Amino acid sequence: MFRYTKGVLAREVVMLLAALVFVLPVYVLVNLSLRPAGDVSSPLLPVTSPTLGNYVAAWEQAGLAGALLNSTIVTSVSVVLIVVISSMAAYPLARITSRLSSTLFWLVLAGMLIPFQVALIPLYQTMRDVGLLGSLWALVIFYAGAQVPFSIFLYTGFLRTIPKEYEEAAAIDGAGSLRTFRSVIFPLLRPVTGTVVILNAITVWNDFLVPLLYLSGTPQQTVTVALYAFVGQYVSNWPIVFAGLVISIMPVLVVYFLLQRRIISGFAGGLKG
Amino acid sequence: MTSLTDDRPPVTGPPRASGGRRRTPRGPAAPSRRLLWFALPALAFYGFAVVVPTFRGGALAFTDWDGLSPGYAFVGFDNFARIFSTASSLEALTMTLVFALAITVLQNGVGLLLAVGLHTGIKTRNVLRVVFFAPVVITPVVVAYLWKFMLTPDGAVNGALEAVGLGALRQSWLGDPTWAAVSVVMVVVWQHAGYSMVIYLAGLQSIPPELNEAAAVDGAGAWRRFRSVTWPLLATATTINVMLTIIGGFKMFTEVYVLTGGGPGGATETLSTLLYKSAFQFDEFGYGIALALVLALVVAVFSIAQYRLSNRKAVS
Repeated sequence: MFRYTKGVLAREVVMLLAALVFVLPVYVLVNLSLRPAGDVSSPLLPVTSPTLGNYVAAWEQAGLAGALLNSTIVTSVSVVLIVVISSMAAYPLARITSRLSSTLFWLVLAGMLIPFQVALIPLYQTMRDVGLLGSLWALVIFYAGAQVPFSIFLYTGFLRTIPKEYEEAAAIDGAGSLRTFRSVIFPLLRPVTGTVVILNAITVWNDFLVPLLYLSGTPQQTVTVALYAFVGQYVSNWPIVFAGLVISIMPVLVVYFLLQRRIISGFAGGLKG
Repeated sequence: MTSLTDDRPPVTGPPRASGGRRRTPRGPAAPSRRLLWFALPALAFYGFAVVVPTFRGGALAFTDWDGLSPGYAFVGFDNFARIFSTASSLEALTMTLVFALAITVLQNGVGLLLAVGLHTGIKTRNVLRVVFFAPVVITPVVVAYLWKFMLTPDGAVNGALEAVGLGALRQSWLGDPTWAAVSVVMVVVWQHAGYSMVIYLAGLQSIPPELNEAAAVDGAGAWRRFRSVTWPLLATATTINVMLTIIGGFKMFTEVYVLTGGGPGGATETLSTLLYKSAFQFDEFGYGIALALVLALVVAVFSIAQYRLSNRKAVS
């Protein structure tokens, strides 16, 4: 399709060198996690006799099985909830032009500017009072509320590009509003739902501060908090720590490499609105 | 549900039978206002998790509450006065600004270079795009631990420097106040540059190639073409990127907390880490929330300023 010119070749080489800066740390991460105890060679040299012992140790001692399960539950429940409530809310907010509707819309968008730290501490108190502290539900409720503004923003932007004829036709056929939403609007929203799912799933899975606060001191932990506690115990034993880190990012990386095109365009497109 | 929604219209008049409002003869029908109920669940979660606690937080910032005892006293602006008169919090405020500025400039600079490098011509484009973006999805805690190890005195960074003959650049990266701050910025840029790159790539793709070709025909060199054609047309991408990095830079918590814990000697403490420590380790909820409000204000001021500035540029 194209021929190499000198300039393009030079650019290719420079970019490959840049890629090395991105790949090298990950190489060190995996390399070190395979290193047997007592091996003190440079972390840059490939391990001579790789072992999976660190993985076994990390799996057992960091409680990663439970943490992975908790993270999966929190992420999937939160994302489903966010998708349902945000798409439903976006429908009237995008369609109705009354003053009440646009006021509500701007109130919700204001939430994108508020740093969540202000709300985090008083909400901690409320969660404690209603007995949700230390429960995964505290996280789900927080994420559902905190991620609503951004998700509604994405949904309304997309809804405004969908012609109203579809829902009008459904109404003429006698479908109620809930029915119209479920069988006409929501399926049309699929592309943006993909973006909402990706961005929220990554945010929730990777979050550290909120589970650190709301789950601390309880047996319930998410992956990030489990790692934090685990590293605290094994600070000097980097191979075991690194095995734990590799295990914890595996699910994210597998999904990323499977869906990379979709994920990257989700990140790039989600913010064009 | 259906019985509820059915009782409203019928009484008004027989000719408009079912769904009459939606089928008014003129123009596209406005959906019924009753539809606003659809927003209720989202508003309920948003109100519970964000709005109410934000206002309560605002109020608690004017008290001396420790987070544990049942009572607290109203102390007016004492917490805020303390923020602006204590060396440690002023340093944290300064560091927050420095970090946000450095990250905004570097992350977008690196992102732009990567995007321009990948944009056309090279064969490895698609693979490299996936590589450069990968750190964005990796858990920040993991990234921070990975780099914490790499930056230890006999870690991989010093090892790599020595291997390529730059042993003179060896540092005690996280042990020295200045280098610790530099390290935090480097790690954040490493993790998020791919994000800026992707947004710039989308911007580059929207520029019609004819424009650059025409400029080339007119004798403009590569730099001139970038400066006068490409860069102005990337204004939207730049606005989005700057907004994202400013907000992200101000709110950054995990990287600092895990990498340096605010140290050495408070050299990398930011408003985010200080407010966490105040509220949850030093039992000074009121003061912690006051810090959070100051952070909120800083973020709001900078985002609005940036928004207006870029709008003005777009107009001129």
